[in-house]
Amino acid sequence: MDSTFKLRDNTLIITLGRELDHHNADMIKSKSEEYICKFRIQDIVFDFDNTNFMDSSGIGVIMGRYKVVSALNGRISVVNVHEAIERIFIISGLYKLVERYDNVNDAVR
Amino acid sequence: MYQNKMEVIFESKSENEAFARVVAAAFVARLDPTLEEIADIKTAVSEAVTNAIIHGYNNQPNHKIYMSCQIEDRSIEISIKDEGVGIPDIEKAKEPMYTTKPELERSGMGFIFMEVFMDSLDIISQVDVGTNIIMKKTLTSGMTEVGE
Repeated sequence: MDSTFKLRDNTLIITLGRELDHHNADMIKSKSEEYICKFRIQDIVFDFDNTNFMDSSGIGVIMGRYKVVSALNGRISVVNVHEAIERIFIISGLYKLVERYDNVNDAVR
Repeated sequence: MYQNKMEVIFESKSENEAFARVVAAAFVARLDPTLEEIADIKTAVSEAVTNAIIHGYNNQPNHKIYMSCQIEDRSIEISIKDEGVGIPDIEKAKEPMYTTKPELERSGMGFIFMEVFMDSLDIISQVDVGTNIIMKKTLTSGMTEVGE
């Protein structure tokens, strides 16, 4: 299953597919850049509800988007983070850069 | 003592990252690993294969990646080998957040994840010859009997 992209006001909501590795990271990167160019996007929410695998390529994608939105005072949130993905986030120290919420509604400001 | 071994060769295409980690997970499945152990092995394999593709072969497809997996009782040894550019400075490559390809949004966490998720990590590399990653992990004692 591929990732899907949705807009809610100035927030881009990316619902990730089953796996986030180097193979599908490139598509997520280029598609989110497309949205950022076309629309006035301030924040990005990554929804991991359907995701059961992520490796360091996923960390790279999130860090890359963080650099883009934080330059414009935007923020990155992650939601619906299940156990397997949570371990990757903790080890990588990503929670220093992104905020975690239970669901999409809580993350959109 | 239970013993088993497998070897696969596949091309340096990014879709084979998922193939490699699923094959490794399937091979060790008969040892009845925990969900966490399976996730550890899949992540470590994914990191090593991704490195071979992106760094070893500079994202060029049609090169060969060799993966082998050996089981002795509940100990697993996974080897992932490429015949790519090699790593000039292994200590530097292992540093957290260090990457030679920041433009590709690499996080520089690959070797960290391999180290954290496996019991041991050996990197054997020679410039212009290639890189061989050898990772070992002993599974916690399973509830089911292994063997025929």
